[in-house]
Amino acid sequence: MTDDTPLLDVDNLWVRFRTRSGVFDAVRGISFTLGRERLGIVGESGSGKSMTGRAVLRLIRPPGMIEADKLEIHGEDILSLPERQMRKLRGGRVSMVMQDPKFSLNPVMSVGHQLVESLRAHEPVSRSEARKRAIEVLDEVAIREPERVFDLYPHEVSGGMGQRIMIAMMLLPNPEILIADEPTSALDVSVQLQVLDIMDKLVRDRGMGLMFISHDLNLVAKFCDRIAIMYAGRIVEICKASELHNAKHPYTLGLLNSVPDLEHPRDRLEVLQRDPAWREAPSVSARQ
Amino acid sequence: MTAIDIRNLDVWFGVGAERAMAVKDVSFQVADGESFGLVGESGSGKSTILRAIAGLVPTWSGEMKVAGEALGARRSKAFYRKVQMVFQDPYASLHPRQTVDRVLSEAMGLHGVQDIDKRIGQLLDDVGLGAGFRFRYPHQLSGGQRQRVAIARSLACDPSILLLDEPTSALDVSVQAEILNLLTDLREEHKLTYVMVSHDLGVVGHLCERIGVMKEGRFVEVLAVDDMRRRKAKDPYTRHLLDSSINSVR
Amino acid sequence: MTSTPSTQGLRSWLLSEEPSSRRQARYASWYKGWLTFRSNTLAMFGLAVLAFLIFAAIFAPILASHDPFAQDLGQRLLAPGDNGHLLGTDSLGRDLYSRLLFGARISIYIVLLVVMVAPLVGLIVGTVSGYAGGWVDVLLMRVTDIFLAFPRLILALAFVAALGAGIENAVLAISLTAWPPYARIARAETLTIRNSDYIHAIRLQGAGPLRIVTRHIWPLCISSLVIRVTLDMAGIILTAAGLGFLGLGAQPPSPEWGAMISEGRKYILDYWWVATIPGIAIFAISLAFNLLGDGLRDVLDPKEGDA
Repeated sequence: MTDDTPLLDVDNLWVRFRTRSGVFDAVRGISFTLGRERLGIVGESGSGKSMTGRAVLRLIRPPGMIEADKLEIHGEDILSLPERQMRKLRGGRVSMVMQDPKFSLNPVMSVGHQLVESLRAHEPVSRSEARKRAIEVLDEVAIREPERVFDLYPHEVSGGMGQRIMIAMMLLPNPEILIADEPTSALDVSVQLQVLDIMDKLVRDRGMGLMFISHDLNLVAKFCDRIAIMYAGRIVEICKASELHNAKHPYTLGLLNSVPDLEHPRDRLEVLQRDPAWREAPSVSARQ
Repeated sequence: MTAIDIRNLDVWFGVGAERAMAVKDVSFQVADGESFGLVGESGSGKSTILRAIAGLVPTWSGEMKVAGEALGARRSKAFYRKVQMVFQDPYASLHPRQTVDRVLSEAMGLHGVQDIDKRIGQLLDDVGLGAGFRFRYPHQLSGGQRQRVAIARSLACDPSILLLDEPTSALDVSVQAEILNLLTDLREEHKLTYVMVSHDLGVVGHLCERIGVMKEGRFVEVLAVDDMRRRKAKDPYTRHLLDSSINSVR
Repeated sequence: MTSTPSTQGLRSWLLSEEPSSRRQARYASWYKGWLTFRSNTLAMFGLAVLAFLIFAAIFAPILASHDPFAQDLGQRLLAPGDNGHLLGTDSLGRDLYSRLLFGARISIYIVLLVVMVAPLVGLIVGTVSGYAGGWVDVLLMRVTDIFLAFPRLILALAFVAALGAGIENAVLAISLTAWPPYARIARAETLTIRNSDYIHAIRLQGAGPLRIVTRHIWPLCISSLVIRVTLDMAGIILTAAGLGFLGLGAQPPSPEWGAMISEGRKYILDYWWVATIPGIAIFAISLAFNLLGDGLRDVLDPKEGDA
């Protein structure tokens, strides 16, 4: 396999839900690739950003349906993959970090036990080996006294630490792709940056692909290489994070300007005037 | 005149050995027409102060004087005509089985407002919702629309003080901008005094003139927003918060 | 589908996203509930069976072929279909079909009386206990525990034995034993509702406890109680039938279904229909209530959001 094949290659992805009043399209034909880079996907609630992340792992439950011309992970088609292999892929080669660690960690299992279990589900390693690697990875996510934390239960750790443990768990089987769905929205501002720094460092050191899903454009701009802005199930704009200030789409500009800014006070905030034409404009391709 | 005068406020939860102090020895004053912000991380006690003022937490000690009325264990009906609160989660603050009309007319009925029919239309206009929203249920409204209804409810009795508990943290940024603009306008029109709690310095800085920074139940610093902008914060924790919050790309 | 313009207009009026009056908003929410309910085939079946039973009970005098109390020893224990007796006759020669119809009246009478007493008591005790908290809560819940500690049929038996046999006393006994689970449910719901922001908000408007409990908490508890009552209805009918079977409920010659089984028990090997036919009736009404309860859960459970 050459390194030119993108880690993730998505072409014309649709996510559809059948409802009583007809078919509802949550994601409407988006295309993107993910290399060894950090790709930010930004949008408001209902823009289909989370659905995109879940669709990549085929985590959409019926009545939802996933359709795509192409959905490949490292050249391998995953649309036709049987569910058994899909389960192996999830948490193995592709991992996902969810919003709130409170709901992603099992409350009746110690942190270490969960780490060991999740590793052993993907790799045939001995318990002591798994334990050793779990403690190593806890150390990697900047947890002091990893041995002590290993035996704690989820309710005994803070939100920020819980999210770092989640990241540790997701990184244990050495995935190629990490999908982070609003990984820091449930955390306090000062902890947010710390968690993001750790995630950022790990992704860079290991040469992984990161899909960072968030509603916070400024945050994403800081931590990603490329940014795709989603609106109503389509990508309306794609740009380099460093060139976000040159963004042209009125929706992107609206998002940027509607955030109150401590350093540049304004009497009134700009209000986004939604143009119906945005919905109908064809999706911008984020393939490289 | 001071609208709110809080002195040596302690608030706690639980009894005996499980007693946990949520707010410790907090004092602050808010002038009439002023907008005061409370900032801190989760668990710092900022929302608890609002709830204690509103009378939702009975376990407190200290002195609280609101709109000239010294507060005791119970709040009078007159108190609720002067002080109202807007909650954080618009999905949880509206009764799921009641229409907008029912919510607003009950609030007005309780305060003995005359001419309810006309006032409801006026209120809905005030918060930027048309008459078409009057008979909808909460599940037919978006998050921003629900928060507008919640704000309309709090204005039903023409209060002079609004307690805002993270009113925009559950909303998208573009909707947040609309709600913040609405709050700015309402404050001007109705001569309101605000006390606003938020974890977002940008939001508080936009709406408030003075900010109390909280950590572990105590005030670490009270300073004017202008001083904050000029980075004149003295306390290291305030500076740390500032550094984490300045995340503009321009 | 061919619908006339006027029903089309009514439909869109009901499904309007912007109702223009209180009446329209209320009807519209009912109509949407009905649409959800209607899509559940089994629940519709349950509703149909119940409608049929209520119809049979109302028009029993017209539908019956014989006098349900008229004995004719010459015609005793006839098989279904013999001599114009549609479902046969019992040991005293009474027409089973006619007795079944009049028995439906008794069953529905029992159901209505229990429904008026047990859930109401449970709702009041549960919500007051949950909202007031403190010693009121402790006192009311311990009383509830005492009632819960006895098996229902045994407690009902004790009450009937003390009050005397008869259908009214049986209903009273069943109601007295049926309310504690409702109180528990209502209390649990109240505990979660009382700390929600919309209750805080109405408290901040100056509403008193009475208003909060009756106008804001009750409407949310009632839906789960209705579901539970409907699902329990089968058990209530069975308890009533059980009391009848033991001779402590309806007294002969009343055509109560449980009592009818009890009478037919003696002949069950040679004349199976005498006990089986009222048994099928009890089975049908219990099943219908269960299916109806399932459908109501889909409609009333607020946790099921719109997709």
